[in-house]
Amino acid sequence: MCSLIRQVELEIVNRYKEGKMRCPVHLSIGQEIVASVLSIFIKKDDFAVSTHRSHAHYLAKQGSLRKMIAEIYGKRTGCSMGKGGSMHLIDKNVNFMGSTSIVGNSIPIGTGLGFSLKLKKKKNISIIYLGDAATEQGSFYESINFSILKKIPAVYICENNFFSVYSDLKVRQHSKRNIINSLNSLGIKTFKITDYHPVKLVNKMQYIVNYARVNSKPVFIEFLTYRFYEHCGPNIDDNLNYRKKEEIKKWKDKDGYENLKKFLIKKNQKLFIEKVEYLNRKKILNAFKFAEKSKFPNKSDLIDGIYK
Amino acid sequence: MASINKKRTISFVDAINESLHLEMKRNKNLLCYGLGINDPKKIFGTTKNLEKKFGSNRVFDIPNSENSILGIGIGLAMSGYPNVVTHQRLDFFLLAFDQLINSASKWFYMFGKNSNIPITIRLVVGRGWGQGPTHSQNLQSVFSHFPGLKVVIPTNPFDAKGLLSASIRDPNPVIFIEHRWLHNTIGDVPKENYTVNLGNAKKISSGKNLTVISMSYMTVEFLKILKFLQKKISIDFIDLRSIKPLDIKTIKKSVKKTGKVLVLDTGFKFNSISSEIITQINENCFNFLKEQPKRITVPNIPEPASFGLTKYYYPSLKNIIDEVSLMTKIKFNQKELKLFLNTFKSKYHDVPGDWFKGPF
Ligand SMILES: Cc1ncc(C[n+]2csc(CCOP(=O)(O)OP(=O)(O)O)c2C)c(N)n1
Repeated sequence: MCSLIRQVELEIVNRYKEGKMRCPVHLSIGQEIVASVLSIFIKKDDFAVSTHRSHAHYLAKQGSLRKMIAEIYGKRTGCSMGKGGSMHLIDKNVNFMGSTSIVGNSIPIGTGLGFSLKLKKKKNISIIYLGDAATEQGSFYESINFSILKKIPAVYICENNFFSVYSDLKVRQHSKRNIINSLNSLGIKTFKITDYHPVKLVNKMQYIVNYARVNSKPVFIEFLTYRFYEHCGPNIDDNLNYRKKEEIKKWKDKDGYENLKKFLIKKNQKLFIEKVEYLNRKKILNAFKFAEKSKFPNKSDLIDGIYK
Repeated sequence: MASINKKRTISFVDAINESLHLEMKRNKNLLCYGLGINDPKKIFGTTKNLEKKFGSNRVFDIPNSENSILGIGIGLAMSGYPNVVTHQRLDFFLLAFDQLINSASKWFYMFGKNSNIPITIRLVVGRGWGQGPTHSQNLQSVFSHFPGLKVVIPTNPFDAKGLLSASIRDPNPVIFIEHRWLHNTIGDVPKENYTVNLGNAKKISSGKNLTVISMSYMTVEFLKILKFLQKKISIDFIDLRSIKPLDIKTIKKSVKKTGKVLVLDTGFKFNSISSEIITQINENCFNFLKEQPKRITVPNIPEPASFGLTKYYYPSLKNIIDEVSLMTKIKFNQKELKLFLNTFKSKYHDVPGDWFKGPF
């Protein structure tokens, strides 16, 4: 999964300058490991919601690749009929229930989805992806409070990449603030993930997901991670110097994707990697071909779908 | 005053930036804040050098907490610190509606004139390039609904600077809407600090056949075709500048003269500024009307992200010319019209110009 996500997004990078993907894209390159590990333990009937940076989350939930690429191309065959663009992905076949662009917007919605699972007495969970900036929103605390109160099987996953666009955590949160401690005292079980050793990571994630599923209780996970590209768009913007060179290097060395690859090579899985990458490549080229070939929505689609 | 004679051309972005610099210098208590205000992009360049000049106590970045941030701004504003908050999209500010509507807009009234709220809220609205349903909404009519708020919507650099300075000095909450597609436009702007009155529309051209009332980017669109239309039609063209207070005096005077009015609005049609203007015209100038008032707006549909759909979404120059033609019963040579419209043809309809490289 990790390599699929990385390869897809690198292909977006390659082709973006052609000017056919005419919408903002927020790439997850550098952060893929989070959703990838989770993908091992998510079931089809589990719900997931996400943010503006959702390609990885959508793919990790087995969302249709072709429909995602077509959506970014604004085509009628896109997952949202071209109406939502990269920031509004959905694939109800796999219960990826929507990603939205306003920071904090999807957190209560994912909580409500989780509540519905509880009411239906299902053994499923609702996964809610968010960025560090969303932990500054009222909707975050209000949702967590509610899910503790109602014992909702919601898994809140914060990908902390230290930045909100170009704004460092430093200008948004006090340096001593510890979200894990503060959420603990609200009464939600919390986890912080800083170790990306593949085996440890997989074990830990299994434990966390199981905990939420079996006990029907919310959990919060903070992942320290890093985005390698600009906040929005296909370029690397390290020349703007808003992040320290050493910090960038440190995180590139920690790159979950590269480390996973190294780990597998050590286990004599080089051939396996090559095979996976080859198959991914084929799938990706097909998806782009599908998107390019697909038609734009019709004029009549414009007015269609405002009400059911 | 010497420099007023010297023509100087700057961009809309620089005009905003200049107003902020001059006003912060003028009022030592004025604060400026917003997400990304001091980042490398400086809110499209509008806040450049502010922090350098006035320090991080007066110019600061904020957490992603729009509603509480506005509440904090209200607290500051009522206790001696007038302030300017900026959001890179109007849509993000929708989170702050509680503080805006239940506090800012009516604080002065609700507490019997005890404290007023001198706060200016800069909101950028987008269009095209896949901005889509949640990054493109022109909601001036929504803000204008609430008593106690002023709503300002400049079209060119001169007005942007003067209106922003006037908004900052205004003792009430002012919503200041900047269209992203205007940011790189240029115009003559005097160097000194001046204000443009809130509530005064601007007459761009005088004529007797038709009144056109417009705002924001629609004014720029109409300016592209004004000369062409003027070859045959005499047009009273009014740029609103302020939505609220609305300069109904200027509108009335014009409609009484021409008897025909077309309103161009960047917002959704239903309950829009154009609805309000036409209602007020009906209430005030009904007997002077020779023709049913008309309007051109975006449809009552969320803006789709797709390049293939936005081309049907926004009114084209041809739509406007056709409507004018219909209202005035003056026909244009179709060949000539086509040639004229061809001069505006570009490869992409969803960008304001070649300089725009996306993705914001
Ligand atoms: C309410 C709101 N405020 C501001 C924005 C503009 N914005 C878009 S993405 C973003 C950064 C969000 O940072 P984070 O949640 O940490 O996610 P990341 O982009 O780092 O993945 C901001 C501020 C927005 N979309 N919504």
